[in-house]
Amino acid sequence: MEVKNIRIPNMQYEDFKDNEYLEGYVRELRKNGVNIFVGKISDFINWGRSNSVWPLTFATSCCGIEFMCVGAARTDFARFGWEVTRNSPRQADVIFVCGTIVHKMAPVLKRLYDQMAEPRYVMAIGSCAICGGPFKKSYHVVQGVDKIIPVDVFIPGCPPRPDAVLYGMMQLARKIKVQNFFKLPDEAKGKAEAPLTTNPINR
Amino acid sequence: METITVSKEQLHDEARRLRYEESYNFLIDIVGMDYGDSLGAIYYLSPSQKPEQVVALKTSTTNREQPELFSVCDLWDSASVYEREVYDFFGIRFVNHPDMRRIFLRHDWKGFPLRKDYDADPAINPVPLESERIEDMERVPSITIKMGERVEETHQAFADGDYVVNFGPQHPAMHGVLHLRVSLDGEVIKKIDPVFGYIHRGIEKMCESYTYPQILHLTDRLDYLSGTMNRHAVCLCCEKALEVEVPERAHYIRTIFDELTRIASHLLGWGCMCMDMGSITAFVYGMRDREKIMDIFEESSGGRLMPAYATIGGLAQDIHPNFQKKVKEFIPYMRKMLKEHHLLFTGNPIARGRMEGIGHLSREKAIALGATGPSGRASGWHNDIRKVEPYAAYAKVNFEEVLRPGGLTFDRYIIRLDEIEQSLRIIEQLVDNIPAEGGYAAKTKAVIKLPEGDFFQRVENARGQFGVHITSRGDKTPYRVKFRSPCLTLVGALKAIAPDTKVADLIMLGASLDYVIPCIDR
Repeated sequence: MEVKNIRIPNMQYEDFKDNEYLEGYVRELRKNGVNIFVGKISDFINWGRSNSVWPLTFATSCCGIEFMCVGAARTDFARFGWEVTRNSPRQADVIFVCGTIVHKMAPVLKRLYDQMAEPRYVMAIGSCAICGGPFKKSYHVVQGVDKIIPVDVFIPGCPPRPDAVLYGMMQLARKIKVQNFFKLPDEAKGKAEAPLTTNPINR
Repeated sequence: METITVSKEQLHDEARRLRYEESYNFLIDIVGMDYGDSLGAIYYLSPSQKPEQVVALKTSTTNREQPELFSVCDLWDSASVYEREVYDFFGIRFVNHPDMRRIFLRHDWKGFPLRKDYDADPAINPVPLESERIEDMERVPSITIKMGERVEETHQAFADGDYVVNFGPQHPAMHGVLHLRVSLDGEVIKKIDPVFGYIHRGIEKMCESYTYPQILHLTDRLDYLSGTMNRHAVCLCCEKALEVEVPERAHYIRTIFDELTRIASHLLGWGCMCMDMGSITAFVYGMRDREKIMDIFEESSGGRLMPAYATIGGLAQDIHPNFQKKVKEFIPYMRKMLKEHHLLFTGNPIARGRMEGIGHLSREKAIALGATGPSGRASGWHNDIRKVEPYAAYAKVNFEEVLRPGGLTFDRYIIRLDEIEQSLRIIEQLVDNIPAEGGYAAKTKAVIKLPEGDFFQRVENARGQFGVHITSRGDKTPYRVKFRSPCLTLVGALKAIAPDTKVADLIMLGASLDYVIPCIDR
């Protein structure tokens, strides 16, 4: 790989101070038979992170069944390295909000989210988690989980098909891949301070 | 259906007479009512000897400020949860009921949501940021009459010094968001106090503002594993009220769909129960077979988990040309797989050791608690609505209502696999004989208005008797809708069978009853 191919989303090629020195060094090593590969440790970490995301076993209603289908024989999500569902939020990377969140459950969900370690992700599965869905008119239903916790990926459907859930998972994997791992703590801080509601339906 | 109307003073005497002199020992449901000027309740009763006979006992009180009725939980054990539900929704307090806590909503919820004058302003009941405190959950108010005097008191749910463990609401093996508070003596369970409401979506209140065809979509999401059957119940109830003649073809297809749903539900229930005992393989096998059914559903209706197929008067659309072929392929496949499931798990000595000899539910207790469905039939209680009051095409087929006298966890396990075989038998008899003529749906009016009155319909879903009560005042929306949840009483059964078993078996006992939490909370 040429040094030129280094791709850092927030740093252009021209911004490197010492490209010539690096390129020369690689050329010299290769000439002497050393197989050298130049890349970023951040990319390497993200490659690993995006292929071993551990979800929390969390489901409140119907979408939970489709989530179980995603984990079972046909649309096996183990193919993407997501199969290790964790029972404790402290060991989980992503929380799948499968199903309606009601008033009584809202503080519990918030606590589960707070117990997860950074970097943590949230996927809102199904219309109920996105905006209240068919239960929007109810007196006891939270109108979208993004009112309580920040959401990374929304998967519409009532309930979404397993394939849709799988597609949503890949979107999250993409998101993880473009993050700068070393700047995540700052991002997390910004996320905590930023106002919630990123959902166009709820805006 | 016979209806008896009594004043609130006579309620308890009349209920006692029905219970002991006419042996109405199964309380199907209590429906709370707000008649506008008065609040009341309808008790649906049935004798276990003649399960097709149902009587409705009605009572009401004009006091809207401090409504009180006499409790019947000394006559039927299942009344204790139903009365708490009526209190939660209508604010009717039951005298002599030992536990008058709210059942679904938090204790600090303002107002009673199913009353007609309830103010649904979100500013009154905002989304809470803090969980309900344990001390508040444990404070149990009650009203009793002692020596002719009315005593209001509060006591604690657990005694001082009890060792209480919380299971849920977020627990990997709780099959949803049920919260069980369990007091332990070493490893042995002393008492269970279930806390409901973590998925209470207020479906019954929403139904009051929706038209009848719109309600159907909410019933699918009550007990999503038997959504087709729940939907069928509402359709049957409306068709009975409207006196619509449904084409035979629709009846046959509905029945096949119901039975396929039952198989899918039992497969999932079986898989989850095995997973709770440590066998992930069984879960994956169950889900694999379930996918075949999902494919059949998808082809004909477009939906997997929620086929949304039955409508008032018939079906949403006709079956796919491949439907019969696929169903006929599925039957021998499933028979073969059932053998494999038995080989894989039923004969396993470790699994047998865990399931045999524990969790005994006697027939009398099952009736008193209203534990219907496979769980009740495993205790030898004949309560299958498909046999009792055959609806759709069930009168035309030969099948066996599987009864087991044991009442143990193993009986509840094996009965589900046996019911899959019976469901296959039903499908086998129907699939080749679907009448071609008559169309798939009867014509109904564009706006469906039910005539005035109360309507009640039961069907057998995968977990027991699912009932729909509709009170109509002649509008295009119902005045009151109440669903009889078979799962609510199953948690009552768990409360009865779990004491004196080991805490490690609790999850498995729950799985053997196979309840679905959104069905409980509605």
